[in-house]
Amino acid sequence: MADKNLLLGDEALALGALHAGLSGVYAYPGTPSTEITEYIQLHPLARERNVHRDWSCNEKTAMEGALGMSYAGKRALVCFKHVGLNVCADPFMGSAMTGANGGLVIASCDDPSMHSSQNEQDSRFYGAFAMMPVFEPSSQQETYEMAREAFDYSEKRGIPVLMRLTTRMSHSRAVVESGADIREQNQLHYPANPRQWVTLPVNARVRNRQLIKDYQTFEADAAVSRFNFLKEGPDKSMGIIACGIAYNYLMENFPDGCPYPVLKVSQYPFPRELAVKLSGMVKTLLVLEEGQPLVEDRLKGVFPTGITVHGRLDNSVPRDGELTPDAVRAALGLPALPEYPASQVVAPRPPALCQGCGHRDFFTALNNVLKDYEGARVFGDIGCYTLGWMPPFRSLHTCVEMGASVTMALGSAYSGTYPAVAVIGDSTFTHSGMTGLLDAVNGKADVTVCISDNLTTGMTGGQDSAGTGRLEAICEGLGVEPEHIRTIVPLPKNYPDMEKVIREEIEYHGVSVIISRRECIQTLKRHAKK
Amino acid sequence: MKNDIILAGVGGQGILSIATVIGSAALEQGLYLKQAEVHGMSQRGGDVQSNLRLGTEPIHSDLIPKGGADLIVSLEPMEALRYLPYLSKDGWVITNTTPLVNIPDYPQMDAVMAELNSLPRVVALDVDAIAKDLGSPRGANMVLLGAMASVLHILDAEKLREGIRRIFSRKGDAVVESNIKAFDAGLAFSQNRK
Repeated sequence: MADKNLLLGDEALALGALHAGLSGVYAYPGTPSTEITEYIQLHPLARERNVHRDWSCNEKTAMEGALGMSYAGKRALVCFKHVGLNVCADPFMGSAMTGANGGLVIASCDDPSMHSSQNEQDSRFYGAFAMMPVFEPSSQQETYEMAREAFDYSEKRGIPVLMRLTTRMSHSRAVVESGADIREQNQLHYPANPRQWVTLPVNARVRNRQLIKDYQTFEADAAVSRFNFLKEGPDKSMGIIACGIAYNYLMENFPDGCPYPVLKVSQYPFPRELAVKLSGMVKTLLVLEEGQPLVEDRLKGVFPTGITVHGRLDNSVPRDGELTPDAVRAALGLPALPEYPASQVVAPRPPALCQGCGHRDFFTALNNVLKDYEGARVFGDIGCYTLGWMPPFRSLHTCVEMGASVTMALGSAYSGTYPAVAVIGDSTFTHSGMTGLLDAVNGKADVTVCISDNLTTGMTGGQDSAGTGRLEAICEGLGVEPEHIRTIVPLPKNYPDMEKVIREEIEYHGVSVIISRRECIQTLKRHAKK
Repeated sequence: MKNDIILAGVGGQGILSIATVIGSAALEQGLYLKQAEVHGMSQRGGDVQSNLRLGTEPIHSDLIPKGGADLIVSLEPMEALRYLPYLSKDGWVITNTTPLVNIPDYPQMDAVMAELNSLPRVVALDVDAIAKDLGSPRGANMVLLGAMASVLHILDAEKLREGIRRIFSRKGDAVVESNIKAFDAGLAFSQNRK
């Protein structure tokens, strides 16, 4: 029986995976992907079927866990934000070489316009790089159906499938019809081709040639996929290729139907055959794609008869930032709608650390100490506390990616920076900071690593943090001297004590860890309500 | 028929509680709906908005085009102004008048109100005060929902009341009733002002 629910794109993907007979979701939280895993964690079917749904330490451990589940014949889903795909690039590329046994779907949620991210990389490039099929749904309903079919496709072709969502799909709600057919889970069964799973050169060379051949099959599949179609139009002055969510912005501008021939693409490898067919009908092509110009770049110069290709590369569509109905409207040559001018009164309202947050008190104390050290540099990391760069704190000098605070502090200290201070959150520390701390211990570096521990993964809404309650033990286990693992409680009344501890550890010329620990006030409020 | 709504406010004010009630009513009535939300970093005390689109026909874009919004509904007066380029020439602004000042350069309130009042179709009301007077300070969002109900043509007020009952039923009858009271107060205010 079909159900109708208002679902986020993330939730539609999660439900599609559950209905496909999912046995495990493996993920690390990251905007805009977090709600996929959270939806599965709270879903009764996941409980009933004992679907694996604990958070992983990072995207690499997540990807590997899912690959192990696929090896055992069961259906697994991996979820993360686009930059998580960098963290797990090694097992991701490896999974194209091993192939999939049980269906393996990798959901990577891109964030064009960087609403909550440090770059706007387009995950579709990774699909082409690994020679893996990519599914890019254009609606919430399609997201549900594609998730479901991605598992079937993965098993049919023996390859993981990369599912790419973008912010506006992940975090937009629409009515989704679901549940007409809920599949059972797979039984334990091992790969028919065991050599493929041992990527020694002798096996990998064989597999690589097979994968190159298979990639042609994937493209032929894409040409006949029901998610890709070529729609005729009376006006042949232009043809339009609309990928994923770009299709919606195109159709938004033509309420009575698009007058131009349109190729809608949601399944890759890009079906060149359909593009050639379209190019035979028209004089120019406009490529609309969310993210970076992957399709456009590949089409430039491909057609023999001098067909011009417009898109992001010639600024017909803005070169960066997410698509909007307005940007697409301009690219189509349609006049803008009449609009009110922007208000001159409005002031920017950037995000800020919450009032009462422990990170605030930590930065206040740190600043008070560091004003006495002219050469101090503070290496930041990814999380709420990155907002410590903003006024009134202005505490941080760098923020690059998960874990870089510790290791950049090392490199900078070796170059002569003193004091070299790293500031990292508890969840980021267990994600990618621990190995860097071991480097610091082995190199006897002069660094002060501050773990601002709020007992949760705060920025993404308060998910479990992998090392809660064990940070001191972890640091000691990595070889930090116990007397230089110090714990402070970040509260205004404790400023004198906090500053004393920070100063002592900066004055110690070796590896010190300061754990500044107080629960996130958002999760504290939630716990108080329960 | 369609209604395109921009819900605006500051992270933490709970604009999504309004969207949840409208969404429930729309689903019940078999309308098409798309609702783009903001999650993540921007939720931390920054400006937030949600694009909520309702229609009797399928909706393509998750985002509302500039000049296309039938309503801007804001829990904060300056935030209502932030999205003016999205407002249709025939569109309404329904806004709370209590400012949330968490930035050092918040503009003069006179200037904010003057610009709001220069718009041809605006309902400005102090939803915090109205909710407080009713004895349910946490019902401010429902006062604002009531205030927009008079210009939300695609859903009638009774459907929205049913939505409130569905969404809050788990919290008990008292909570449902105080939210309905808040809704009715907002509705009455906007009907008198229109």
